[in-house]
Amino acid sequence: MRYLPQTKKGRSEMLEAIDVSSVDALYSDVPKSAFVKGKVNLPDHMGELEVERMLGAYANENHAAPDGPFFLGAGTYYHHVPASVDHIIQRSEFLTAYTPYQPEIAQGTLQAIYEFQTMVAQVTGQDVANSSLYDGATAMAEAALMAMRVTRRKKVVLGNKTHPHYEDVLKSYFENFRGEATIEGPQDIDDQTACVIIQSPDFYGSPENYQIWREKCDAVGALLVVVTNEILSLGLLPAPEEADIVCGEAQSIGLPMSFGGPHLGFFACREKYIRQMPGRLCGETVDASGRRGFVLTLNTREQHIRREKATSNICTNQGLCALAFTVHMALLGEDGFKHLAKLNHEKACELSDTLENAGFKVENETFFNEFVVELPKNSNEIVSTLAEKGIIAGLALEDNKLLVSATEMTAQEDIQTFCETLKEVCA
Amino acid sequence: MSNLAYNDNMDHMMSDAENFEDGNRGLHYEENLLWEKGHSDTPGVDLPSLKGTKSRTGQSERKNVGLPQVSEPQVMRHFVRLSTKNYSIDSGFFPLGSCTMKHNPRLNEKMARLKGFASIHPMQPTQTVQGALKVMYDLQNWLAELTGLPAVCLTPAAGAHGELAGIMTIRKAHEVQGNTHKDVILVPDSAHGTNPATAVMCGFKTRTISTKETGRVSVEAFKEALYKQDPEGKDVAGMMVTNPNTCGLFERDIQEITDLLHDAGGYFYCDGANFNALVGKIRPGDFGVDVMHINLHKTFSTPHGGGGPGSGPICVAPSLQDYMPSPVVLKEGTAYRLEEEGERETSCGRLRGFQGQFGMHVRALSYMMSHGADGLKQVSEDAVLNANYILSQLKDDYHAPFEGPCMHECLFTDKYQKEYDVTTLDIAKTLIEYGMHPMTVYFPLVVSGAMLVEPTETESKDALDRFISVMKMIAKKARSGDVTELHNYPKSTPRHRLDEVKAAREPKLRWKKGA
Repeated sequence: MRYLPQTKKGRSEMLEAIDVSSVDALYSDVPKSAFVKGKVNLPDHMGELEVERMLGAYANENHAAPDGPFFLGAGTYYHHVPASVDHIIQRSEFLTAYTPYQPEIAQGTLQAIYEFQTMVAQVTGQDVANSSLYDGATAMAEAALMAMRVTRRKKVVLGNKTHPHYEDVLKSYFENFRGEATIEGPQDIDDQTACVIIQSPDFYGSPENYQIWREKCDAVGALLVVVTNEILSLGLLPAPEEADIVCGEAQSIGLPMSFGGPHLGFFACREKYIRQMPGRLCGETVDASGRRGFVLTLNTREQHIRREKATSNICTNQGLCALAFTVHMALLGEDGFKHLAKLNHEKACELSDTLENAGFKVENETFFNEFVVELPKNSNEIVSTLAEKGIIAGLALEDNKLLVSATEMTAQEDIQTFCETLKEVCA
Repeated sequence: MSNLAYNDNMDHMMSDAENFEDGNRGLHYEENLLWEKGHSDTPGVDLPSLKGTKSRTGQSERKNVGLPQVSEPQVMRHFVRLSTKNYSIDSGFFPLGSCTMKHNPRLNEKMARLKGFASIHPMQPTQTVQGALKVMYDLQNWLAELTGLPAVCLTPAAGAHGELAGIMTIRKAHEVQGNTHKDVILVPDSAHGTNPATAVMCGFKTRTISTKETGRVSVEAFKEALYKQDPEGKDVAGMMVTNPNTCGLFERDIQEITDLLHDAGGYFYCDGANFNALVGKIRPGDFGVDVMHINLHKTFSTPHGGGGPGSGPICVAPSLQDYMPSPVVLKEGTAYRLEEEGERETSCGRLRGFQGQFGMHVRALSYMMSHGADGLKQVSEDAVLNANYILSQLKDDYHAPFEGPCMHECLFTDKYQKEYDVTTLDIAKTLIEYGMHPMTVYFPLVVSGAMLVEPTETESKDALDRFISVMKMIAKKARSGDVTELHNYPKSTPRHRLDEVKAAREPKLRWKKGA
């Protein structure tokens, strides 16, 4: 009961002040049948030590990335997080603050969001960015919905291979339209297309040429949406300046993999569309003394003002994750961000060379830090066999293929061990 | 438009050292933007050297990004200084209604950072993540027991996302059952804005139930809404009701309302934002709820983080279990696994990449285990007691629009103060001046000038008494008629009242060189 400061004395004084005999008298509106008899059927309270022991044992049952060679990516990447990042996001003033509704006492959060928005806009080559969304998959779905609002059309084209989870989320959201909105392939681009969505690098790791897609979109008046789930790739690949919306996943900067969440959806677009954007936005203004300050703004798009006419039902962002990104990006800086991106690419080149030297065929002609390798056997079984040997090999795809990724965390020895063991189990 | 410290006054400072003024005083710091700090030669990280491998991206290399570049000490100082401009639950009383700003135990943070939780990938082979799946499975069971709703899906990323999950579950159920004529969701006028926004996102029309008279959904008002278009309510797919509601009241006719809704073939979606009043004591499944979301960041203390990440699992009655989103965690023998894509054919599908805000699942479970069945019951009782104490002490000074007792939050308005030209906004800003975070203001919309006060159970009587004293002092100042001060607060904060109209009229959403 260490989290409860009330005392017996305090409780009884308060009951007296309220003029009731017991706490239960305060629940007089609740139907009798809804009360739990006694207590719920769960264990009683535990001390900190007991909780640590129990959850610690759970954690130890998992194979963590630092425990062995690790090559899995597919939308979540194993990167280094500088110690300062975790320190900053654990400061009480950031960790235990609310959404900055009272700007006079939330300038810290607000300025950090403004810096986040600026960084995302710069990295994506767009005019403006929002304060973040839940994750890459929901960001892509929100981009499709926004394109439909802008164009007043209801067809969305997936131009290339996007992450299967992203595609599934889009499908789930689209079921709400009861058949009125459709998802189509690149052969179906026409004058009813709201947007063409291109993932780059695509799910198999190959970077896209945006110019071709821009032309296709311009021919029919559709928006071009570029999705990336490895934001670090934008430190090496050209900015998707051709796009109308750039969104995706930014977990790679500042956040652990954490079994898939919390991650960091980002969303940037052209200035002319800001009033159609989903999510929270922070803007610059002045205070009553004329000094620069920041506030949440353009709220008239949002659910708490517009209710059923809102652009989206979203009311939070991934605040602390966006802060982690901002701190990590501040540490990386212009040179560090590009350097880290190149380092990832070099590691992937090294992995590709070593695999090819070991006799495996790499499918990609081009890649950033992830690519597909062909195996002579069922890749699901191989992933499972390697896991038993302490190696997290990658993502098994259909047709004996394996999606592998390398980052700055990948040591030369890891690559050697992986390729040798892979050769053994494939023999 | 300029930052006092770093633009205008810099020049001034250089020319006139005697009148030095850059905005820094004592522990008050002015802090410019990262881009305004000048460009350091080296970044705040040291990375291994590059080998100069020939690029295989098939594309030209990225040109200038425009990012700032500063050293590690500068980064640390920048963000620590920014942090000093924030108010937080760790530093003081934070009675933000419907937001449940309670203490965030650091044990939860420590647990979520264990290597075996933080450094695992969501698509690792199942046999390598049994412990993580066990956390999710246990959390599903805890939530099922606490809500009385046996099926739980943890994937929704926040409260509003949980609402989306819940209403999509209802949509799918009606679709599978051939109830395509059911296209209306009933929503009380006191509901959170996310409720109607969610219903519309799911392709429903909303119909409003008026609660203006008593702050509650009356059986008469409910019947009027339910039977508005059809004598049997056949067009109604469901209702979204927050219970306790946003006026801080328990819907005392909920059983009768739910029976009428169920008779018409509708489902009851309960917004779980206010679960802190009930946890461990009352189970929503036992008053007729079919599906509800739980804000792990409210009731179960995962931190709000300045606006996320949240986590909004949904708990579902058996009748809707087949339709809820996927994946959920299953147990077979002693082994745990995630549901496969399409395994539950009638599921409304995937709502997010991977399996949810897992780091928040760990934190919530750590919190629940710490409190246990006995502690959680005490949580709700103390939360309700604290709110009623505030109500009892302030109802003579502030207008309490609806008859109590309240649940875990109490509602006031500025009716009495308006007579003296003092509004809810002034009261909120004065609380800031006196070192407290204001309550939720101007919500719910059913009363004018609402002030919704949620103290939570993690405040002592002393903390409540201090809040009560400040509120009484404000009421007294208003009555005195000398209210100029109240219109101009806060004065001791890093910034005074900010011009929100200007921000919206001339949107400036990013820093730009020379702008």
